[in-house]
Amino acid sequence: MLIVTLFVASFAIYAAMYLAPGNPIAALTGGRTPTPQAIQVLEERYHLNDPFLVRYVRWLGNALTGDLGVSIPLRSDVSTLIRQRIGTTVQLVAFASLIIVVVGIGLGVLGGLRRGIVDNVVIVLSTLSAAVPSFVASIILLSVFAVNLGWFPVLGGGDGFVDQVRHLTLPAFALAFSSIALVARITRASVREEMGREHVQTAISRGIPYRLIVRRHVMRNAAIPITTIVGITVASLFAASAVVERAFTLNGIGAYLIQAALSKDIAVVQGISLVIVAVFVVVNAIVDFLYATLDPRVSLGTSAS
Amino acid sequence: MSAADGRLLDVASLAVQLPVGGELRTVLHDVSFHIGPGEALGLVGESGSGKSMTARAIARLLPAGAVTTGTISYAGGDVTALKGAALRSYRAEVAMVFQDPRAHINPVRRIGDFMTEALRTNHGVSKADAVARAIGLLAEVGIADGQRRLEQHPHELSGGLLQRVMIASALLTEPRLLLADEPTTALDVTTQADVMAILDDLRRERGMALLFITHDLELASAVCDRTAVMYAGQLVEQRTSSQLHDDPLHPYTAGLVGARPRIDGDVTRLAAIPGRPRSAYEAPAGCAFADRCEHVEDACGEARPPLEPIEDGFVRCRRATELRGMLRAGGRHG
Repeated sequence: MLIVTLFVASFAIYAAMYLAPGNPIAALTGGRTPTPQAIQVLEERYHLNDPFLVRYVRWLGNALTGDLGVSIPLRSDVSTLIRQRIGTTVQLVAFASLIIVVVGIGLGVLGGLRRGIVDNVVIVLSTLSAAVPSFVASIILLSVFAVNLGWFPVLGGGDGFVDQVRHLTLPAFALAFSSIALVARITRASVREEMGREHVQTAISRGIPYRLIVRRHVMRNAAIPITTIVGITVASLFAASAVVERAFTLNGIGAYLIQAALSKDIAVVQGISLVIVAVFVVVNAIVDFLYATLDPRVSLGTSAS
Repeated sequence: MSAADGRLLDVASLAVQLPVGGELRTVLHDVSFHIGPGEALGLVGESGSGKSMTARAIARLLPAGAVTTGTISYAGGDVTALKGAALRSYRAEVAMVFQDPRAHINPVRRIGDFMTEALRTNHGVSKADAVARAIGLLAEVGIADGQRRLEQHPHELSGGLLQRVMIASALLTEPRLLLADEPTTALDVTTQADVMAILDDLRRERGMALLFITHDLELASAVCDRTAVMYAGQLVEQRTSSQLHDDPLHPYTAGLVGARPRIDGDVTRLAAIPGRPRSAYEAPAGCAFADRCEHVEDACGEARPPLEPIEDGFVRCRRATELRGMLRAGGRHG
């Protein structure tokens, strides 16, 4: 299942890039008109004249061994280029995920268990954060906390753990902002739904203390939908990080994807897209696995249909 | 009227209102009965008559915003005023068996966790001890391979097995009063008899009091010493089970008895009570049954009749004495 998804995705990525307008040789020569011999040399070097399927199969075969091709403008290995930048993105996404899980689930549980003012505050906060796209959040956070208050650096990735955390705090919040709302909403709804379940009534009727009912019967059961939504959210952060990385001038694969697309660096765009899809598929597989351990009614054998 | 009379549970003039769309709606009106230690009382009525709501009021499981008046006292203490730890220890003595075990047992936890939870958290019993006791009770309800069942999840068990598990776990904490809310309604007919027999046997062995809620008058008579009949949120009659069946005093009870199919009778159309059941809030102003009763008089619609003592029980009908004997054997003329 996993492999089929990746295979289809890789084909779609390669085909999309192949069909996209623009000519790598034009990008390479920077607008100057090259001589016919130069074109021929370049075409042979980068196999630009081979049929589409032949080029796809060669690319895929190399990708499987970790070789994602060569960036034509930079004349360097795409795998190396990605490897140099992926650490920043992973750190950013991990940080943002932590914020989403802690703040999103925290707000959702609070709103789900307490009716009245607390719940209304949660709804207003989550509506507000859902309405703010990450590029707007980036600008607001930058101007308030970095420029005006000076608490956090404006740009760059930082060195050493503490400095890196300081540099990544604002971008992580910007990236997490709109996802917090989604996770909080789903958590609130699931907690409320589980609170109303008959089996919770059974537990109440047996005199089980409230905090144990919440932990063993409400949160334990609500964890199933919450895991699903957190998984999907975290997987999508890898693609969403592009905007934030660019706003904060972080040297991650998201920002690099935009830069490569602008400079028509097809091999890099293909490579990064493939990495993002692979991450998405792997995260979803982890969620499926967690799902099966959380819900005894689901077994891995039957879910992979 | 307290524990002085040897009563375990005493419900007096209980009324419950629930918030529906911003207004309070009456669901129970003037419900009074008592249960002695080790005694079984049947509570019979159609859907919506308020029998489950009565059990919920006793178990303190009414939805938020419900308004309760009247008194419910357990062993002399006021149940409606209980809070926190006192409420939890009351719940340890009063166990409930629900109608639908599939919905009332947490689907993601193991049977063992479900069964031993109350013992371990409220009674401080060690895990090994709780498991041993659970296996013992499973054997008593007819589940031999208890060890294996405890490791399973609810979806791996049939409805009948699950209800046995529910009954076994209700009995594990050795409650003094068991509230059974239609414990066999969700099961298929052959399983119903088994489960009911097990429940009845174990209750008698332990001298446990029982409030048995059902829509099946015959079943209530078989299991309970006394039976109370509810209609539109009120108690209309309460007698010893055999008397209620052979000599019904309220026209509604007579209708219920008559609506039972008989294996020895003539094969004719089943008798039915005309009209449809009323909820407490839509019942007529006088006698709640007036608009469906074939013995109705003008005076029946004027004031709501009180629950009056009569020989071995109580009845809520102003013509009860006058109609006595005429209601027998289905009670429907023509």
